[in-house]
Amino acid sequence: MCGATKGGLGLAGVDVDSEAVIQGRVLRGGNPVAGAYVRLLDGGGEFTAEVQTSATGHFRFFAADGRWTLRTLAPGVSTDRLVVASVGNVSEVDIELEA
Amino acid sequence: MSRGQALVTADWVSEHLDDPKVVLVEVDEDTTAYDGGHIKGAIKLDWKQDLQDPVRRDFVNKEQFSALLSDRGISNDDTVVLYGGNNNWFAAYAYWYFKLYGHEDVRLLDGGRKKWELDARELSTDEVKREPTTYVARDQDRSIRAFRDDTVAAIGAQNLVDVRSPDEFAGRLLAPAHLPQEQAQRAGHIPTAVNVPWSKAANDDGTFKSDDELKQIYGDAGLDWNKDTIAYCRIGERSSHTWFVLHELLEQPNVKNYDGSWTEYGSLVGVPVALGDEPGEAEPNQEG
Repeated sequence: MCGATKGGLGLAGVDVDSEAVIQGRVLRGGNPVAGAYVRLLDGGGEFTAEVQTSATGHFRFFAADGRWTLRTLAPGVSTDRLVVASVGNVSEVDIELEA
Repeated sequence: MSRGQALVTADWVSEHLDDPKVVLVEVDEDTTAYDGGHIKGAIKLDWKQDLQDPVRRDFVNKEQFSALLSDRGISNDDTVVLYGGNNNWFAAYAYWYFKLYGHEDVRLLDGGRKKWELDARELSTDEVKREPTTYVARDQDRSIRAFRDDTVAAIGAQNLVDVRSPDEFAGRLLAPAHLPQEQAQRAGHIPTAVNVPWSKAANDDGTFKSDDELKQIYGDAGLDWNKDTIAYCRIGERSSHTWFVLHELLEQPNVKNYDGSWTEYGSLVGVPVALGDEPGEAEPNQEG
């Protein structure tokens, strides 16, 4: 995993106790992917939110208790990852795209 | 309006990049996206700084809108093509806004910025400057804008379409999940509203689904095609997306966007609110 810095987005200013945070990075070959689209789908597969990854490949959602799917889109690729979120916790997810 | 007049493809835009009567306008919540790269020749509008009154919660007035478009070099007879991030939420909002002030030829780029990027099409960081014009906006077309009293009166009488996510509709979330959830207003939805998330109208790449698919989606959700419709969301931008679908693509005659949306309605004193996944009744039995 050369080139990737371990550790998630800073949480300064986020009221972690009252939020169900899902955050992480999108990577390709271990390197951060900027500008990828990450879609948050709820337990029923319904779209809930979408963000673009930052210059360092990071994304963040404020979800609710439950099971969610992260669908990541970049030119020529779409990949799904399941994640569980709960209020008061930060779920860290790294998503590796096929090279 | 119809799909052929209201929507253009990325290919169409590529072919009209040098057409002087076609003005590309990127509209974002966060204009750093534009600054990092935009479609060649596109100017930017900031939905908050440019389109909202800085003090009151309302739009800029007709004179201010005229001055804005004059300054940005848009003429009354230009073809304005809007696109943006967030699956075109704010571009659709600007589309509705341009229609509100009577601009004749407005179009939306199907799929917006996302489709353009996923196609790996070219973006430019060149500064874009258009010569100033003398733009004259019309009076607001109130037939496409709903206020809170229209919305309360529509409970049980017209179609109300809540286009937020199911969790926001039910009251489990107060904002889209990419935003912090702390809000002043109450959670829930307007009683009798059907929940058709804006996203059901779009494919993953942000393009709109076909007319047949769209009719099926809203029909299955319980929309009565013989009734007038008010669409709302949290702040009126996602509901502009649905207003575009119903009024411009499916050519429903009387569709209004309630731009006050949940941040207004959810803060009103004394209005009915429904919780949970069902639309709820027009006049719930209340004790006391």
